[in-house]
Amino acid sequence: MNHSTAPQVSLFVTCLADLMRPSVAFATIRLLEHAGCEVSVPVEQTCCGQPGYNSGEYESTIPVAKRTIELFEHAEYVVAPSGSCAGMIVHHYPKLLTGEWRERALALAEKTWELTSFLTDVVKLDTPPAHPTQLPPLTYHDSCAGLRELGIKEQPRQLLKSLCGVDVTEMQQSDVCCGFGGTFCAKMPDISAKMADDKLRNASATNAAILTGGDLGCLLNIAGRARREGLDIEVRHVAEILSGDLYGPAIGEREG
Amino acid sequence: MEQHSDQFYALSEDALEKTEQVKRRDMLGLFMPLLRDAAMDELGEFEALRQHNKRIRQHTLDNLDYYLARFELEATNNGNQVHFADTGAELNSIVLDICQQHSARLVAKGKSMVTEETGLNDYLQRGGLDVVETDLGEYIIQLAGETPSHIVGPALHKSQSDIRDLFFDKHPLGERELEDIPALVSEARQMLRETFLKADVGIIGSNALIAETGYSMLVTNEGNGDLCANLPSILIVCTTLDRILPRGEDAAAVQRLLVRSATGQPQTCYTSFYSGPRREGDTDGPLETHFVLLDNKRSDILASDYKEMLQCIRCGACLNHCPIFTSVGGHSYGAVYTGPMGSVLTPLLSSLEEAEALPNACTSCGRCAEVCPSDIPLPDLLRDLRHEQSQQKITPRSWRGGLRLHAFLAARPTLYRFFVDLGVGVMARLGKKKGVFKRLPLASGWTQVRDFPAPQGDTFMKQYKARSRGDE
Ligand code: SF4
Repeated sequence: MNHSTAPQVSLFVTCLADLMRPSVAFATIRLLEHAGCEVSVPVEQTCCGQPGYNSGEYESTIPVAKRTIELFEHAEYVVAPSGSCAGMIVHHYPKLLTGEWRERALALAEKTWELTSFLTDVVKLDTPPAHPTQLPPLTYHDSCAGLRELGIKEQPRQLLKSLCGVDVTEMQQSDVCCGFGGTFCAKMPDISAKMADDKLRNASATNAAILTGGDLGCLLNIAGRARREGLDIEVRHVAEILSGDLYGPAIGEREG
Repeated sequence: MEQHSDQFYALSEDALEKTEQVKRRDMLGLFMPLLRDAAMDELGEFEALRQHNKRIRQHTLDNLDYYLARFELEATNNGNQVHFADTGAELNSIVLDICQQHSARLVAKGKSMVTEETGLNDYLQRGGLDVVETDLGEYIIQLAGETPSHIVGPALHKSQSDIRDLFFDKHPLGERELEDIPALVSEARQMLRETFLKADVGIIGSNALIAETGYSMLVTNEGNGDLCANLPSILIVCTTLDRILPRGEDAAAVQRLLVRSATGQPQTCYTSFYSGPRREGDTDGPLETHFVLLDNKRSDILASDYKEMLQCIRCGACLNHCPIFTSVGGHSYGAVYTGPMGSVLTPLLSSLEEAEALPNACTSCGRCAEVCPSDIPLPDLLRDLRHEQSQQKITPRSWRGGLRLHAFLAARPTLYRFFVDLGVGVMARLGKKKGVFKRLPLASGWTQVRDFPAPQGDTFMKQYKARSRGDE
């Protein structure tokens, strides 16, 4: 029995952070702890099942959803550094499941949060972490699922302001899809590249040095396209920036 | 219209190479949403009106038989003749019959996507009639021998100079400049005026049919619908049976949403209600009027899980907000209906095989559903179509296999961990120097156009477990 009054957060790492960029998950833990939460990481977690689900593979996604529910349903809060993974749990698990499982999905949905909205809307974090850094101008890409499924728009901006003292330099069409779309980017690469180019053009027009956002999928897509086109804008997850982790290579950059 | 939905990939690649058109579409994708958003802000009750609209449409669709019968009764009482067509071919032959009964030679048409769907123009022309489109956009593409690229702005893909060249080429007029848009419009008007005056039959579409009165509503900016409806002695209204609404107020609600969603205007220049033929004492109006109500699979859609698609009011907002539509343009879809609404409708009207690409031409970004004044869950419907494609094995086997394997592993943590720790470790070491991979054998779709960022190091879980062990 836990008698602590600190919010108990189960971290949903997200498969992309796990595989591609662990620093996002470590930054998330630091931020949550800084906000006074006790963080645990269920080590049996894998992926929320989005790639298959969005491609219409409903049947094979159901066991994935059920496993995630079993792993996380006893948590007080579930937090993910990704609007689309949180959106998957909040909105799509209940659609995918029926009967008792649907009830359990709904119960899990109730306590599942995307990181920046959890920090602003639940624990109301407003003190900067230990090492405030002077940030270069940065621009924010609003990832679709976070924005439209969970209403995440102001939260990261507010945190960047209150924790890092920086105002986001807004780009045009910050809320238009970057062309990632899970498997879309591989199914229709040319269209996807055009969309990423539009995003990069809008971002570059702000003269921001960093493009940030709350979803690693989009950021990998944008960074990958930027590298292919030889553009030198740094791409970093907002959790890294908020936690002051700006020293390692940005996404897709080499070390040193 | 001929279907080319099976060529979406090739057509969209071509479209992306036409840089001038890409630029114009980018502007469209930037400004149309701004106009629409401003109009909605001003309206201030978008959500309430949209929910209202949705309820009405759902109610009507749930009781379609009743409302159709009522409409037929009222419209007939007003002196109209009401015809039902199961298929596009049937609609075409009903219309041709009417034209032939009156020995018509020239038909003036107002804009109608439904008759694009049935290929009416070609059919009437093969039947020996002259058909002239009178909506400016439709007129332009008719002259050019093209199909509409947008359900609201059919000639949006053409530049001003394209149109100028086209008029010089096709209009038998002498010296003139056509330097600006007013000059182009006035030339088209001059040509069209003759059509209106000479036409024996007028054909228009309808934005709503009103069951309680037997009227139809048409919303236009050019007034060409009214001229088609009032000047020729015969009027034929062609539309689909799902356009029906219970009362006049309902049509007014649709109109308010439609106009703002479509062009960002608070109001169009003309919203007209047509009741029937000229009555005793009327000074003008057609002598005989017909409604041709097309089913063409709407009954099937109504009985399916895609029923909500019939709530669509054809405003085109989902097109203007869809980054894929604005990237590749309407012609890439190879069908009458394009963008998100078309990607749902086209496979339902043709087949899941033929339109295989369309439900996949979507990143599930949700912008279409956000703006849809009928609150149609377009991304969900598109995903459901992908689900059906997968079930029917239309989706390529390698995709299905890969995604199912991924899901299989994702439900089995130990196995999953084994593979990802191994793969990520190797990739991180290989990719460390450059930070990215230029080419990856299993991710060619990705690396064709972008670099693949290398993993940072070992997986988070591996590092986390190592740290926790260190803590103990
Ligand atoms: S689906 Fe919605 S947004 Fe698209 S045309 Fe129809 S009503 Fe308009």
